[in-house]
Parts: sequence; C-alpha cells; structure tokens
Amino acid sequence: MQIYTAPLRDMRFVLNELHTDDGFGDIPALADFTPDLTEAVLTEAAKLCQDVLLPLNRSGDEEGCTLENGVVRTPKGFIEAYKAFTEGGWNALVLPPEWGGQGAPEAVGKLVEEMICATNVSFSLYPGLTNGAIAALTVYANDTLKQEYLPKMVSGEWSGTMCLTEPHCGTDLGLLRTRAEPDGEGGYKLSGAKIFISAGEHDLTSNIVHLVLARLPDAPKGVKGISLFLVPKYLPDAEGNPSVRNGAKCTAIEHKMGLKASATCQMLFEDAKGWLVGEPHRGLEAMFTMMNAERVGVGIQGLGIGEAAYQSAVWYAKDRLQGRSLSGAKHPDKPADPIIVHPDVRRMLLTMRAWNEGCRGVSAWVARALDAEKHGAEPEQRQRAADFVALMTPVVKAMFTDLGLESASLAVQCYGGHGFIRESGVEQYMRDARIAMLYEGTNGIQALDLVGRKMPAEMGRYLRSFFHPVSDFIEANLEDPAIGKMVAGLKRAFEALQGATAIIAERGMKDPEEGGAAATDYLRLMGLVAMAYCFAKASKIASRALMSGSGEAGFYKAKIDTARFFYEKLLPQSASLYLAIKAGKGSVMDFAEEAF
Amino acid sequence: MKILVPVKRVIDYNVKPRVKADGTGVDLANVKMSMNPFDEIAVEEAIRLKEKGIATEIVVASIGPAKAQETLRTALAMGADRAILVATDDAVEPLAVAKILKAIAEEEQPALVILGKQAIDDDSNQTGQMLAALLGRPQGTFANAVTVEGDKVIVAREIDGGLETVQLALPAIITTDLRLNQPRYASLPNIMKAKSKPLATKAPADYGVDTAPRLRTVTVAEPPMRQAGIKVADIDDLVGKLKELGVA
Repeated sequence: MQIYTAPLRDMRFVLNELHTDDGFGDIPALADFTPDLTEAVLTEAAKLCQDVLLPLNRSGDEEGCTLENGVVRTPKGFIEAYKAFTEGGWNALVLPPEWGGQGAPEAVGKLVEEMICATNVSFSLYPGLTNGAIAALTVYANDTLKQEYLPKMVSGEWSGTMCLTEPHCGTDLGLLRTRAEPDGEGGYKLSGAKIFISAGEHDLTSNIVHLVLARLPDAPKGVKGISLFLVPKYLPDAEGNPSVRNGAKCTAIEHKMGLKASATCQMLFEDAKGWLVGEPHRGLEAMFTMMNAERVGVGIQGLGIGEAAYQSAVWYAKDRLQGRSLSGAKHPDKPADPIIVHPDVRRMLLTMRAWNEGCRGVSAWVARALDAEKHGAEPEQRQRAADFVALMTPVVKAMFTDLGLESASLAVQCYGGHGFIRESGVEQYMRDARIAMLYEGTNGIQALDLVGRKMPAEMGRYLRSFFHPVSDFIEANLEDPAIGKMVAGLKRAFEALQGATAIIAERGMKDPEEGGAAATDYLRLMGLVAMAYCFAKASKIASRALMSGSGEAGFYKAKIDTARFFYEKLLPQSASLYLAIKAGKGSVMDFAEEAF
Repeated sequence: MKILVPVKRVIDYNVKPRVKADGTGVDLANVKMSMNPFDEIAVEEAIRLKEKGIATEIVVASIGPAKAQETLRTALAMGADRAILVATDDAVEPLAVAKILKAIAEEEQPALVILGKQAIDDDSNQTGQMLAALLGRPQGTFANAVTVEGDKVIVAREIDGGLETVQLALPAIITTDLRLNQPRYASLPNIMKAKSKPLATKAPADYGVDTAPRLRTVTVAEPPMRQAGIKVADIDDLVGKLKELGVA
C-alpha cells in the first residue's frame, strides 16, 4: 500500500538544526522566513500533498495519459489537483516576488518538492518544467517577453517545457537539426521534430510555453551554433490572451516504463512562430541555467520516492504476520510474528531509512548554498556557495536517484511476492524512480561532469568548498566523547576520498579514460562522505539534545541509531570504492570489444 | 457584520492518543496538535460568509497555552482577519471558556459567534450552549447549513431523525456539525499574510474570569480491549446468548 506522511520532524531538523554552522551565514534577504512561518508552510504543503496528490498516484499510473486528435488528456483528477495546487500558490513558492512568486528560500522549497515527489512524481513534472522554463526566461529573455509570459507562468495559468532532445540527438546536442528562420517581423519560424518532451501537451493549462533549441541559418556546426527560442502553443493576442494556434503539435505520446501520468510528448514544429531568448548561438548556455537547477530537482525525486517506499515498507513489515522470530516468538498471542522481527527485513528498512535521512541532510545543505549563492550578503560568500552547488549538483542528481531506485527495490523485496503485484503499490515506485537516473543527463554523464569538469575546476577550488568544512569538523570532533568513534570512521572515508581524488587527478591528467573509468565510483564515494558528515553532525546535535533532557528523546535517539547503522553497515562501501578506483581503467578498457 | 470564531488547539485527529503512565491524563508531550476539526469548519463558514459579502470582519479567539498562537495563525492563514489569544496554562473547562467568550463578545459585539459543536479532545459539547445562555442570545447548534437573511439567520440543524430548520434573530450563536462544509487548504500567499495580521494576547484575569477547574479528574484509562466475537449456530442460540447477557 502506498503510505506517506511527510517526515516533518526530520525536515525541521535539517532546516533549522543541522546546518546552522555551514559557513553560509545568515541570509538577510530570507529573514522573513522564520521557523514558525516555515513550519506553517511545510504543514500546509504536507496536507495538500497527502490529501490531494497521493490519492491520484496509483490511479494516474493505471490510467496514464491519452492522445486523441492532437489533444492530450491527463488522468482523472489531475485537472482539479493542478487547480488546487496553483490556486494555493504552491507552484510559485520559491519564484521571484517581482513576477508574483513568494520568494521562499530554496531550503524550504526543496523540502516541499520532496513531499510532492513522494506523493506523485508524475504530477511534479507539470509545475516542475514550468519552473525550469521560468528560470531560463528570468535570466535570458528580453523585457517584452518577460512581461508577456512570466506573470502567467508564475501564477501557473500557463505551463512551460524544455525541448532539447531529437530522435537522433540526446546527450550530444551538437547533432541538433531543428531550424529557425527569421520571419521578417522580428520573430522566427521554427521547423523540426523533438522527442521526450515532458508536459509538451496536456489539458491542465490554457497555454503551453515551449523553450526550444534550434539552429539559425548562419549557425556554426556543433554546440556553438544552437540558439534558444520561446514558442507558445497559442500566440497571445493584444490583451495577452491565448488566440491563434501556433504550429507546435504533439504527434505522439511515449509509452513508458513508469511516470505514466506525466505526458511525455513527441512534438512537431511546423513553421511555428517563435522568439529568440538570449543571444544567437548561445542557447546551450541558457538551457544549462535551467538544466542545472533541474538536476538538483531530479535528485529530490529520488529522495521523495525513497521516502515513500520506506514508509510503505515499514507499514507492511509491521502488518504482515509470517513465521516466527529467529530468537523465539515475539507475539505469541498472534498466529505469527510480523516480519519486522527479522534481521534481514530490518536491514532493508534501515538501509532505506539511512539513505533517505542521509540524502535529506545533504540536500538541505546544498539548498542552503543555493540560497546563499542567490542572496548571500558578501561576494566571497556567494562564490563559495556557487562552488559548492556546482560541485554537489551531479552528486545530488546521480546518487539520490540511484538510491531512490535502490530503496524502491528494497520496498518491493520487503513485500515479497506481493511487491511484484501492481495492487501493492510499491512496484510503481520502482518504475517511477527509474527515469530519474536517465533524464537531465544520465547518471554516467553526471559522474563525468563531476570528474571532468567540477573536480579540476579553478585548480580544485570547488572541491575545497566541500573538503574544508569536512576536515575542519573531523579535527574539531575526533576527541568528542559522544561522536568521536563516528568521526574516526568519517576520517577514514574522507581519507579514501582524498586518496581517490589524488589518483584520478594524477592519472586523468595523462589519460582521460582513467577519469572516465573511475567517475561513477568516485561520485558515490563523495556522496557517501557527504552523508557521513551530515550523520556525524546530526548525531552531535542529537546527543547534546538528549544530554540537556530534550522532550523529544525518541526522535533524537532514532537519529543517532540511524547514523550508527549508516556508519557500521553502509559507509564501509567507501573502502571498496577506493580500491576499485585505485585499480584503474585496465580491466574495463583492455577487454576486447569483439569479446562482448 | 462581525463574526467571532473561537478555536481550540487539540491533539491532532490522526494521532492515536495514549494515556499517561500515572493515569492523570492523555500524554501530550511531543504529540502533533492542530485546530479542532469542528472549529476549522466554523472558520470556513465565517470565511464563506465574508466571501458572500455578508460578513465584514472575522475575529478568531483561543483560550489556552501560548502555543495556541499557532492554531490562531492557521485560522488567519485560512482567511480570518485578526486574533485574540487568552493565554492560560490551566486545563480550561467549558464554563470558564464560555465566560471568557461572553466577555470577548461584549467587547467585540459580533452579530454571529460560530463555534465547533465540540472539541475532539474532551467531547464536552457545552461551550456554545453555555455561551448562548450567558449572553441571552438564540442558538442554532449542530448546523448543517447556515443562511443569513437580513437580521435573521436560518440554521438547518442535524438531529437524530434528520434535519430541523430554525430561524434565529441576530445576534446569535451557531455551533457547527461535520457536514456544514469542507474547510479549505490555506493558500501560500495567505500563510505569508497571516504572519502580519494582528494577534492580541490577553489573560483570563483581563476578563475577570477565574479558570480554575471545577471538576476533578479521578483517573484516565485506556478503553478496555475489544473482545473477540463468537459464532452462533442459529437464531435460537443468538436469542439465548442475548438473554444470558441481559440485553434482550
């Protein structure tokens, strides 16, 4: 059964307690968002997600989207849910106030995103893509376009898309063929086919604003010849209302493994009227503004599904009576013990729990940096935050989505054969989680981004934004009576990460394939260290709270116990990752291609 | 016209209450608390009257601990205009609450006071009726539908046999039943606005009311575990068993 109650206590913990000393300081621009206000925001968001979005998750998966005569219908209930969502202003939570948004911190926004993804990840795509398009338009569009489109997109009245992929061009956008010809009226005519366009066509909004990558007639070959265009489904009239249907049509919707309530469209642009966004031939840069923000969001999808999978598995493990505890009956009054008595079931549940809490700790840290990057008072503070965000974006995207799938798979395992049955609800989590490892740049591409771009950037300056706080924390807490033992474990994992960094830097300089062969392992190793750091900090805070007689002993004790499980059972993976990295590319690249 | 809506902070309706080990009451330490669901319906009804242009101002009041501020903010986020917190750590009983509400009503002069029919923590179902008596105003309890017409309010009441419609002269007291309306979700902009809406803090003494409990709790215990049923062979067996138990 799909069970979800927003983990509000842990969310408050990562928001208000865990990262108070992260070096990004107080952010005056966000001072309005006091803990009691954010509490009210999170509580109400949880209500909406649990009451409105969660009941549509399984029905939306069963029903899917349909295409008839060019019109896409979303599953039953989605129109009403979208209305409740946008009327409540939730789509505009973190958007800029000058365009009608609420200007909330990312630190709050990411927690609300987690709830949305946990309850209905398909639904999250509709407002999610709009927010990405808004991000690109806010930075690169001219004032006329901004005035015409942003207010309606921020209110949720119109939605947005990002149209990059073409049938022959996915990761390598240099192969892109869609053409844009000047129409002699200051605009352009776009022609070409796009695939995999999330929310490309649907019945939730009165207009859809496509951001399309295309080539101008004089464009140089490759990625340096790509420009970004705004192409609306309906051209606005003089009052700004949708009027003439533009030549942007949905020709098919993809039949997918999961995420079925999200309409993934094949789009055909036939002399579609569009406007240039930003400079000619600089479209990729604009698109990557959007893409980078989206990548953190995709990571949150993994976390959201991981949490929903965990809660659904806990419910089942307590409810399902089967066999007896290995150490003798725990519930002799019942025909059998609930399966939660078994060590292997507990291992699975705790693994999911530790991944979720670890990821939530890391994402709260990254979200703090996103806020400091945008609103930090000092240029130095903004720079350090930007470095940290750039470094951590591929880690959040790839590791969170890998672990989201792992948790979903563990939930299926906890259900036994019933997990494989649709009605159990948990197999949907597995199918829905799978896409997040693929889109917005596959996880392999994320690892290459980390090793090839982020690691060597600015002579290792990005790395230092992460390494310095970790090594400072280790030094300051090795002797701490409460967490000293944990910090020793953190130190070992951190040394493995430093060692691996040195190996990759040295070998990769001579041979880029060495970096490529180590990339995925390195990304996970860095993610594990980031989680370990968050768990050690959390345990320190929790043990202080327990010593001072906190009334929330249950919460803080569970925090320490989860950290202990992470340190004893999961963090040791860092040692094997180090060895695999150290072994180098030989076994991967020496293998004869014809032997595959 | 002005509407006064009293709201109570209670244990959240989703939480399974646990009795304290010493039997002195329900354990509320670190338990999720929220607005009494019947009071939420009362706030919603007041907001709907305001949206219809009938009400002009909605004042919400709560008598309870300082934390009841959060409950008042929730009401403000839904759409109430201002709030009064009468702060006390005493366990307040219906009569004391009614007396304080009487004093607030005399000060504020609302045309309508809309209350939840009962709070889900103690299920007293007394405050609205007591308030009506103390103020000498007409009451329409267990409201299923509310229509204001000029200086009258028509209330369809839920009674055992169905609905009973009463007409009350304003000012009047209404208590809400479950089916009166479906409370709204607070919108994000309204949550933000609620932060800056006025919230006055008072003490029971400001209204000259002594909140000391008149009742003494002897002991609080969990209800007995439900016993498993038994299968009967036929109707005679059933009748026999019922007679045995003294119920037929």
